[in-house]
Amino acid sequence: MLYINCPHCGMRSQNEFSYGGDASVKRPELNKEVSDQEWDNFVYNRKSLRGKHLELWQHISGCRQWIKVERDTVTHEIFRTFKADEEVA
Amino acid sequence: MQKYSIFNLVKNAFSNHENWDLAWKDPTPKEEYDVVIIGGGGHGLATAYYLAKEHNITNVAIIEKGWIGGGNVGRNTTIIRSNYMHDENGLFSEFGMDLWRKMSQDLNYNVMFSPRGIINLAHSDAQMNAYARRGNSMRLNGIDAVLLNREQVREIIPMADFSENVRFPIFGGLMQPSAGTARHDAVAWGYARQADSMGVDIIQNCEVTGFDVVAGKIKGIRTSRGNIKAKKVGICVAGSTNILAEKLNMTLPIETHLLQACVSEPVKPVLDNVVTFGAGHFYVSQSDKGEMVMGGDLDGYNSYAQRGNLPTLQHVLTEGIAMMPFLSKLKMLRTWGGIMDMSMDGSPIIDKTHIEGLYLNCGWCYGGFKATPASGWTFAHTIAQDRVHELNAGYSLNRFNTGHLIDEKGLGTKTWIS
Repeated sequence: MLYINCPHCGMRSQNEFSYGGDASVKRPELNKEVSDQEWDNFVYNRKSLRGKHLELWQHISGCRQWIKVERDTVTHEIFRTFKADEEVA
Repeated sequence: MQKYSIFNLVKNAFSNHENWDLAWKDPTPKEEYDVVIIGGGGHGLATAYYLAKEHNITNVAIIEKGWIGGGNVGRNTTIIRSNYMHDENGLFSEFGMDLWRKMSQDLNYNVMFSPRGIINLAHSDAQMNAYARRGNSMRLNGIDAVLLNREQVREIIPMADFSENVRFPIFGGLMQPSAGTARHDAVAWGYARQADSMGVDIIQNCEVTGFDVVAGKIKGIRTSRGNIKAKKVGICVAGSTNILAEKLNMTLPIETHLLQACVSEPVKPVLDNVVTFGAGHFYVSQSDKGEMVMGGDLDGYNSYAQRGNLPTLQHVLTEGIAMMPFLSKLKMLRTWGGIMDMSMDGSPIIDKTHIEGLYLNCGWCYGGFKATPASGWTFAHTIAQDRVHELNAGYSLNRFNTGHLIDEKGLGTKTWIS
């Protein structure tokens, strides 16, 4: 069982959350010419890192906010959590 | 190579079975090979075997970080099927079914292929319609499919819950009678033994640390046991695909996720077929030892852990008990997990890459084991001829760029969509 420290609600079990994938993916900017490659990178291509991975989770059975979680994909250790709009240093 | 037969069995009995040949050798890597296959799983071993058998290329090495049979080929639930609707998947898998039927004779190794049939249960009229459509598409591709009504399903699996007041009543199901199971370890060992006997070097405990690419052409690989030159390199490393892709500065439409399976204590024969619970993520079959072999869905987040988490197991078994209530009486014997190369449309990739002489085989999601022979056969063809075979033409890497996705189920890594 993972325990995720929701920045809004505090420590909760994984059962309250739903996973949203790689948080480093950026949507191409609006009102600009977007190449096929940029769309590919946004929609399909993923680094799927082994080790530290910044990812999106939604506290779906809690505050329903999207949050960012820095987690190790091998040990499942969770290092830090952030609000969705927080910059990650 | 020593042939496995009743006569050799009797002959070796006189020497207490102490004089059998090793099934495969433990060679030191040579300086150069015509083809290097990275990944000694089922697909890698099958690829090397078909390179030697179909294309007469025997100066081949298989580079395996762990040991033969230690990855997903030893961690799956051994199901073999071709019940796909789309031509790309259906024709490819049905080609594989033919190879499965001949495999024990072909490899001189009993892989215990057991065509016991698979039943996908339906729980609504809409699902029955969808299965009728899928069944018809399968039959058009020469794959056997039978649509079963509620009473027909009850006759085959009377132990399922047929009461009226359940959340997901059984309306019927789609059956592929020729589908089945095989002994997964034997598949790996059989391919390894035959490939080895034809001159393929199986190099275990050897990790690939980098690639030598000069002017867009592959020249060799770097490993924990030294550099190896190669004219062609094929990658089939399942859940580790992204780790190697990173070394090549490639990002792929692949995410690595964890899939669990488990077996119960052995019980007397109760279930003749493979059965999937159409309303959720659960499937079950009974092994020859009597264990109920069960599996379900991904753990749900990127993982390289090769071990599972309990919430998913609980979720999967809850569905199992809803389908077959007697399962609740069984004790769990073992659970385990493997890391899956989940592609974004749920279908695999067998293709050339932008680097000359480098070939890619990945994206097998939940269905890697049953594809072992067909994947090896087509990947060997793609490597040997430097062009894709018509069977794997649909499994191209650039289909995500051109929009030619294979919409079999449309799930990919995002299992919550279902």
